[in-house]
Amino acid sequence: MIRLFKVKEKQRETAENAKDEAVRRKQTAGELRLHKDISELNLPQSCGITFPNGKDDLMNFEVSIRPDEGYYHGGAFLFSFKVSPIYPHEAPKVKCKTTIYHPNIDLEGNVCLNILREDWKPVLNINTVIYGLYHLFTEPNYEDPLNHDAAQMLRDDPKLFESNVRWAMKGCRIGDTFYSQCI
Amino acid sequence: MADAAPPSKSRDLDKLLLRPGNLVGPTFDPGVQLRDDLQEYVRVLVVGAGGLGCELLKDLALSGFKNLEVIDMDRIEVTNLNRQFLFRLEDVGKPKAEVAAKRVMERVSGVNIVPHFCRIEDKDIEFYNDFNIIALGLDSIEARSYINAVACSFLEYDSDDNPREETMKPMVDGGTEGFKGHARVIVPGVTPCFECTIWLFPPQVKFPLCTLAETPRNAAHCIEYAHLIKWDEVHSGQSFDPDNPDHMKWVYDEAVKRAELFGIPGVTYSLTQGVVKNIIPAIASTNAIISAACTLETLKIASGCSKTLSNYLTYNGVEGLHTKVTEFVKDKDCLVCGPGVLIELDTTVTLKKFIDMLEEDPKMLMTKASITYHGKNLYMQAPPVLEEMTRSNLELPLYDLMDKIPKDVLHATGTINKDDKKSSGLRKLRVVFRGIDGVTDMDMAGGA
Repeated sequence: MIRLFKVKEKQRETAENAKDEAVRRKQTAGELRLHKDISELNLPQSCGITFPNGKDDLMNFEVSIRPDEGYYHGGAFLFSFKVSPIYPHEAPKVKCKTTIYHPNIDLEGNVCLNILREDWKPVLNINTVIYGLYHLFTEPNYEDPLNHDAAQMLRDDPKLFESNVRWAMKGCRIGDTFYSQCI
Repeated sequence: MADAAPPSKSRDLDKLLLRPGNLVGPTFDPGVQLRDDLQEYVRVLVVGAGGLGCELLKDLALSGFKNLEVIDMDRIEVTNLNRQFLFRLEDVGKPKAEVAAKRVMERVSGVNIVPHFCRIEDKDIEFYNDFNIIALGLDSIEARSYINAVACSFLEYDSDDNPREETMKPMVDGGTEGFKGHARVIVPGVTPCFECTIWLFPPQVKFPLCTLAETPRNAAHCIEYAHLIKWDEVHSGQSFDPDNPDHMKWVYDEAVKRAELFGIPGVTYSLTQGVVKNIIPAIASTNAIISAACTLETLKIASGCSKTLSNYLTYNGVEGLHTKVTEFVKDKDCLVCGPGVLIELDTTVTLKKFIDMLEEDPKMLMTKASITYHGKNLYMQAPPVLEEMTRSNLELPLYDLMDKIPKDVLHATGTINKDDKKSSGLRKLRVVFRGIDGVTDMDMAGGA
């Protein structure tokens, strides 16, 4: 398939041709797909997105969610997104940067959302993930707990859970943990 | 008739290269010249000097290739020694590429192997253009995807969207997992590239975090708990390094505690490494089989002495033995290896005008286009924060935004209106500016 005469020809040519062609960054297929996701984002008023590294780094961004109903109404919660070059083969890595009292988010910011791990599919996109996160605030779920205490409280005493959530969002302490003020 | 060849070291190879045949490739030109040219001019890069890489270097050297280079970022570990046969106990800690190159050169006279102890991303793109064939012995999708994008970026199409043969950079990709393996030939523009068929790779197994946190049921759950949850709790801010033995030992110890708590058996240090680094036990003979297939394909591509594998061989030795060759097809709209849509422009056309043109262009019919050029986002329709940051580009000439390069590739995302149906699409565009010195015809660069 390689025609050898061409190989030889090329060897002579390379010396001459090696000048122009400025070194430009390679854009991975993952970056291009993410470009598509981002340019098609359709977020509700309650969600915002920022790009800390400027307009040309879409692989790292932050999403803020301000739930307009439910236990977390009035709070503002920040999530960091890190997207791999083989996206969408791999789900984005999402962490909650606000220390939050929530059954499905632990104090390190790990998020238990099925589409971020076991149920991720390449047809999903950034929009779906953000809606999934939003859903965690309107429908916190004690059956998939990451914060065991919060989950137990939600199940056994929703009233106390609710007041704990308000308390935590004001930046107060519950047990040994100080939560981020986000209201 | 074949030329009368002097007796040579490559006696067996000569039987392939000096005589004509009925099953040869279309460009095969047998003779001493071919054999000598093959040895003198053909340059092969081996990517990876691990289980497959060691085999590939040895096989390629023994097949008569004399100009080899090898690139690998890893150092030799003691657990490599059972199958990475070029390495000895005293080599532990040394760069794989350097030791592998040295050992093969010691054993096979006349071969020259240049080692590169670095990451594949550390090399300029032009480094890769120096080789005629790239042989891949890798273990990750990321690395394959990167090399594929680089190799495909050399591909050029003519004005009829036909790939130009002299710009094709063939790759031969091998991969193994335990008793299973694959070998494939990627000729960009001719056979599907890695990105055309990325769906072939199964998704990684990921456990739900809440299962890890609440209801571990097996040893892997305990290990992932220590790795993904406990590590962050204890080492806030310090990221876990799978190549740091102290880190690995810590995860192992925590996993053992977790397993005891839940009465789960089976947590071992090697399982911990396996789960955390996603390692599947490697089998020397699988590497040997896959590497042999890859090396033969490399020889066939270089010499034309036989038709090549078309285009994907799978080998499965799990229960009995099964091999199969599948001919996958190219994705004609592939963003990485496809031709893209050719568009000719005047240098005065602004980005705004260009975006409007995409609505009318019969090959595009794209509304609300967002444009990205080599990682620079020229215009984004959404979200508002990016729209605002890129809006000022709209009035600038596209030629200036593309650094006054007369022909290049950019990508557009938007709504495609075809046959009264709207769908969202991502397209590759080959833009050529009219009337610029140096553009003698409409041929132009491809690649992503």
